[in-house]
Amino acid sequence: MNGPASNHSGVRVQVRGLRKSFGDQPVLRGVSLEVEPGETFVIMGPSGSGKSVLLKHIIGLETPDEGDILIEGESVQSRGFMDKYRMAMVFQSGALLNSLNVAENVGLYLTEHRLKSPEEIRRIVAEKLEIVGLTGSEDKMPSELSGGMKKRVAIARALVVEPQLILYDEPTSELDPLMAVTIAEEIVNLKARIHVTSIVVSHDRDLAFGVADRIAMIADGEIIFVGKPAEVRACTEPGVRKFLAAEFKLNKT
Amino acid sequence: MFQNIGEMVLLLWRTIQSLPLIWRQRAKVFDQLFEIGNASLLMACILSVFIGGVIALQTGVLLVDRGLGSFLGGVVGVAIAQELAPVMMSILIAGRIGSAMAAEIGSMRVYQEIDALRTMNINPVHYLVMPRVVAIALTLPMLVIFAILVGWFGGAMVAAYNKHIAISFQAFFNSLRDTVEFHDVRNGLVKSFIFAIIIGLVCCHQGLVTIGGPRGIGRSVTKAVVNSIVLILIANYFLTRVLINID
Ligand SMILES: Nc1ncnc2c1ncn2[C@@H]1O[C@H](COP(=O)(O)OP(=O)(O)O)[C@@H](O)[C@H]1O
Ligand SMILES: [Mg+2]
Repeated sequence: MNGPASNHSGVRVQVRGLRKSFGDQPVLRGVSLEVEPGETFVIMGPSGSGKSVLLKHIIGLETPDEGDILIEGESVQSRGFMDKYRMAMVFQSGALLNSLNVAENVGLYLTEHRLKSPEEIRRIVAEKLEIVGLTGSEDKMPSELSGGMKKRVAIARALVVEPQLILYDEPTSELDPLMAVTIAEEIVNLKARIHVTSIVVSHDRDLAFGVADRIAMIADGEIIFVGKPAEVRACTEPGVRKFLAAEFKLNKT
Repeated sequence: MFQNIGEMVLLLWRTIQSLPLIWRQRAKVFDQLFEIGNASLLMACILSVFIGGVIALQTGVLLVDRGLGSFLGGVVGVAIAQELAPVMMSILIAGRIGSAMAAEIGSMRVYQEIDALRTMNINPVHYLVMPRVVAIALTLPMLVIFAILVGWFGGAMVAAYNKHIAISFQAFFNSLRDTVEFHDVRNGLVKSFIFAIIIGLVCCHQGLVTIGGPRGIGRSVTKAVVNSIVLILIANYFLTRVLINID
């Protein structure tokens, strides 16, 4: 059960005509986008617009009603797909295993797939925890952590995978500004170090404009704009303007 | 309940397929074994004494009145080994352990822990279901052996000390030894093994399909226990039919 060959390079992600409804509520209404290998792609949009659902489709946790998701040209729904590529997702809530302590959570991928010896795993876990500023929290249980700490442990757990594609669901939403900057830096570093493809869902304008190669705006299950940060700033589309302006107001209160 | 049977058969198949990984998951199996033993041994003991006692009381009075008191040990012995110990222990485990499994897996489902496992390419069947099903399938038959012995003892106590029955310990166990054969106990164990698999699958399955927040978990737990018990009692009839034909 070894991971795929450790070619440290990001993967290309294509989403084509993705539709998904829950019951009779359409959540994604024909989403198409393409993310280049090694690109950092940020998806912004109001809450409830289907961002988390889109991420879950990209990593194969949800099955599309229509359309498909291709990674390096292969459907994520195809058999054995997960054995071929290393992917990681940082869930909005962290989604740590509550029965395991921090170190076990962070090292889970390596222990379950028996990729490293216990000493090596301990060293890697300590190294990743240091990156997210949680050195020495190895023995804490998730129930003892704040929301932001859980999120950071979840990020450490994703880093351990040395992923080719990493999905962040609102990585900075529960962090203080300093830690948000640290996480943003780590998103950029990871890209520089292993040339990972990153897809970041966030409301955080600073994060988005700070890390993004390109930004997509999503509203009501549809992509309304895609472009470089400068293009988004210059965009006159009412939906985009409204969202960015609303965020300014929110930031002031 | 019955629309889920197909899914449970599939889960059983996936669990069987993952059995080769049992050595790798041994730590989790041991954790579960320990938990099950810890949670159920005392309760099993108390339950078995009273079950043995009540069956001796009911049949004892009936048999003694007809001058058939010397058969009491055999009747109680077979009833406990074949029916009461496996069924009652399974119901106990469904309520005590199955409910906890459904709750734990259900909350992992609701709080996206299972999604997180899947993104790490960790199969929830290997990681969660298989160790639990194996642990129940190992412990329940052991618990049943224990319950049979304690139940016989409880029956003998009542037979000896109830004034109306008044059959000595020795007479009770002589009758028991003459009547109860190896296959009576074996059948009890075979049944309990199958009930164990039913409990493990039903409860893990219910956990995995949990939707909605904390209320969803509560609903899953109730369903897991009720469905386990219903399936155990239905399966018990058919298993008895099959096992009677074999002997
Ligand atoms: N498993 C599900 N079942 C039913 N509805 C869902 C499910 N997941 C998400 N939804 C609905 O889809 C919509 C978009 O959700 P989500 O992607 O989480 O929004 P956000 O953009 O805030 O991340 C919401 O209205 C939510 O209620
Ligand atoms: Mg979301």
